Amino acid sequence: MAAVAALYGEFKQLGVEVLAVSTDSRFVHKIWQEQELSKMVSGGVPFPMLSDPGGKIGMVYGVYDEAAGVDIRGRFIIDPDFVIRAMEVLTPEVGRNPDELIRQIKAFQHVRATGEVTPSGWQPGQVTLKPGPDLVGRVWEVWKP
Amino acid sequence: MAELKDGCVKPARGPIVPAAPSSTPGAGAPLAQEVSKMIARVGQEAIDFEANAFIQGVGFQPVKLSDYKGKWIVLCFYPGDFTFV
Repeated sequence: MAAVAALYGEFKQLGVEVLAVSTDSRFVHKIWQEQELSKMVSGGVPFPMLSDPGGKIGMVYGVYDEAAGVDIRGRFIIDPDFVIRAMEVLTPEVGRNPDELIRQIKAFQHVRATGEVTPSGWQPGQVTLKPGPDLVGRVWEVWKP
Repeated sequence: MAELKDGCVKPARGPIVPAAPSSTPGAGAPLAQEVSKMIARVGQEAIDFEANAFIQGVGFQPVKLSDYKGKWIVLCFYPGDFTFV
């Protein structure tokens, strides 16, 4: 969570709102912020920390672990039309890679703005593809892994 | 900081799922819908919900996902406060 918070400036620049959700109460969120997060990241976690007691929200998003009673690590990119564009779900032992999250947001924003599509591993500035009859069988001419 | 008044227990609506057309004919009055399975899908509309939240500099406040409609949203679930990763 702190790693995501550390990139908050970049999220803001991209016009992205971040919402964090766990089964903890809002009271625990507050104390975690004060006791720990604010010492990891200057100013603490700047985005809303939501409470999902009973995991009802996690359930519909497919991240609620009933045995453990917690929402496992899952992140979803939702576009301005309120459509889910990407999801990534991990078991708790491995943290996320916020850089990949940022890359995916940039790619989805590019696609939305241009109608082009982005090949594997695309970074801003790299070649994109313009799908259409002319491109069939000729992707190799413009893009290689 | 405008700290809002807040009691010990404050229910929030949780998932706000549009009422699905009943598949069981003759089921009578629709039951309060208990959602117990994953319905989030890429390429589909996000499922709205309301949750109580703590917001730095604001305090305690209920938040609806749809409050952010029209913006790019990153929704991050995590196993718990004070965990290690």
